Amino acid sequence: MIKDIQSAANLAPAYDLVVVGAGPAGLSAAIEASTHGLAVLLADENESPGGQIYRSVDRASDADLTRMGPDYAAGRRLIERFRGADLSYARRATVWSVGPADEETGDGAHALEVGISLGGIARPIAADRVILATGALERPFPFPGWTMPGVMAAGAAQILMKSSGLVPSGRTILAGTGPLLYLLASQLLRAGVSVIAVVDTTPVENWRLALPHVLSFATSPYALKGLKLLLEVHRHTRVIRGATAIEAVGSGQFSALRVHRSNKSLHIEGDLLLLHQGIAPNLNLTLAAGCDYVWDERLAAFRPNVDGRGASSVSGVSIAGDAAGIVGAVASAHQGELAGLAAALDLNRIGQSVYEQRRAQHAQKLARALRGRTFIDDRFRPGKTFRVPEDDGTIICRCEEITAGKLREVAALGVPGPNQMKAFTRCGMGPCQGRLCGLTAVELLAQCRGVPPGEVGYYRLRPPIKPVTLSELAALPHTEAATIAVAGFVERAHDGAQDATYGSHR
Amino acid sequence: MFRRLPDRKESSVSFTFDGVPTMACQGDSVASALLAAGHCSTRRTPVSGAVRGPYCMMGVCFECLVKIDGRPNRQGCMTTVVEGMRVETQDGAAMPGQEE
Ligand code: FES
Repeated sequence: MIKDIQSAANLAPAYDLVVVGAGPAGLSAAIEASTHGLAVLLADENESPGGQIYRSVDRASDADLTRMGPDYAAGRRLIERFRGADLSYARRATVWSVGPADEETGDGAHALEVGISLGGIARPIAADRVILATGALERPFPFPGWTMPGVMAAGAAQILMKSSGLVPSGRTILAGTGPLLYLLASQLLRAGVSVIAVVDTTPVENWRLALPHVLSFATSPYALKGLKLLLEVHRHTRVIRGATAIEAVGSGQFSALRVHRSNKSLHIEGDLLLLHQGIAPNLNLTLAAGCDYVWDERLAAFRPNVDGRGASSVSGVSIAGDAAGIVGAVASAHQGELAGLAAALDLNRIGQSVYEQRRAQHAQKLARALRGRTFIDDRFRPGKTFRVPEDDGTIICRCEEITAGKLREVAALGVPGPNQMKAFTRCGMGPCQGRLCGLTAVELLAQCRGVPPGEVGYYRLRPPIKPVTLSELAALPHTEAATIAVAGFVERAHDGAQDATYGSHR
Repeated sequence: MFRRLPDRKESSVSFTFDGVPTMACQGDSVASALLAAGHCSTRRTPVSGAVRGPYCMMGVCFECLVKIDGRPNRQGCMTTVVEGMRVETQDGAAMPGQEE
C-alpha cells in the first residue's frame, strides 16, 4: 500500500529513489523500483496520480470511460498497481530543484538533493537516484488573437472534461495538427458538444516526409485506431484542410476564426477555439538539473540527451517518458520500468542476471510500443509558419506581451541566444518561465540568424523552476548562500510572510 | 462557455468571485469553477491591461492567476476550490508581499 504524505515535515530525510511526476512513466518507474526493495518517493503536483493522460481516471464513471476511450481507461490498471505498491507518494507537491547534494547541508551519504515543497513547507530531500518523468507540454501555437479569452489549449478542454465533467456549451472550433486534435474532437463529439469545425493545419508536404515510415506505422496499433478516429470525426463535423494562416477575432473575447487558404479565406463564427499542434518535452526541471540537451529536428523541439536506460548527463539522474522525447503513454510506461530497474541495479538491489532478464522483457515491449512513432512525428510535424508566426504583431511571450516583431528587431541587432534576447526584451521572464514562448523564441532567433536552433540553445533555467513562497523558503534549514542561490535575495526578518517569488528573475 | 455533463454527481461547494456568491462542484479547481460559472476572463495583464483567462489548465501558462483569500498570484487551475473561498480577479501585477 502506498503511503500518502501530506506535508514536507513527514517526508523521510532521504530516499533511495525520488521519482518526479505521476504519469505513466513516473508511476511505472516507482512501481518497478519499489518491487526491488528501493525506498521510493514519488512526488507529483496534481491532486491524484495519472499525469495528464490518465488524469482523474480512478474517479471516472463508466460514462466518462466510454467518452474518453479505451486508451484512457487503460490507466486504471496502472493506478491500481501503483496504489498497491510499497512506496511513498506526495501529491500536490512542487519539486523546484534537483541537483548534487549541498556540501554544507547534505548528509554526505547521498549524491543528490531534491527541493520539494508540500503542504506549505519547503525541504531539501536527499536521494541516491532521481528519475524525472515530468512529461510533455503542448507546443506553443502563436498567431494573431491566441491570447484572447475563449481561446484555449486542447489539453485544457480534456482536463476540464476528465476532472470536472465540463464540456464546451457553445459552438466549438478545433484548430491545429496531430493525433490529439482528432482524439479531442471525437471525445467532444461523443459528449454531445457542438464541434462546428476542425481546422487541420498539417502541412501537405508532410506526407512526402512520412511516406518512408508508412509500413511500420501500418503494422502498429496506432494505424487502426487512427483511421477509426479520422472516420468518426469526418462523419460528424466539417474538417477544413490547407490552411496557410489562422487568426482569432473578437473584442476582448473570441468570436470567430479567420482561416486563410491559398486562394480564399474563410470566416467561421464560434464561441470557443481549442488549439493543438503537438507536444514537446517539458524541459524545465531537466534543464534546471543541469542535464545536457539537443535539438531534435524531427520533433522540432529540444530534448535531453539520454542513453538506452534513460540516464542523463548528470550522474544519478534519469529521464523517462515524454520528458525525454515524445513517445506516448505506453512507451513511456516501459521507459519508466527500464529506469526504475536500472536504479535497482545501480543500488545493488538486484544482480546482473535478474537485471538482464527483466531489461530484455521491458525493452522488447518498449520497441513494440515505439512502432509507428516516426511516421506520426513526420506526418504531424507542425508547419514552420505555425511555429514561427510571420505576422509581426503576434504575441510570442504571453506573460510580458512581447510580439514577434519586437523579437525580430532585437534579433537583427545580432543577439546570439535566447538569454540575451530575454535580457533585451523580457521575453520569457514572466511567471511561466518561458514554457509558452521558449520554442517559438528560439526558432525565431535561429531563423533570423540563419543557423539551426541547436546552435541558438534554450533559456538558461535555474531553480526554483516553480514559484516557491518566501515563507516556504524561510522554513528551509540552510545557509544564507543557499537562500540567495534559490531566491536571488535574502529576506530580512520583518513583518510576516511574503508571497510568490520567481527566484532567479528577481 | 462550459456546461456540466449530466452524469456527474459531485456535491456542490459555494465560494465567492469578486464578491458574488458562486457554486462549484466538489473537486473543481478554482479555474474550472470559474469557467463553469461563465467567467472566461479572470485577470488583466500587468503590461497592457488586456483581459486573459485560463489557457492550459495544467499549471503551465499562469494565465489563470487570481487572488485567493487575499493572496495574489495563485494559480487557479492548480488550487482546489473549497467552501467559503474568496476568489478575486487579479488586476495587473501583484507584487510579492502584496497582501490584504
Ligand atoms: S490555466 Fe495555465 S497555469 Fe492555470
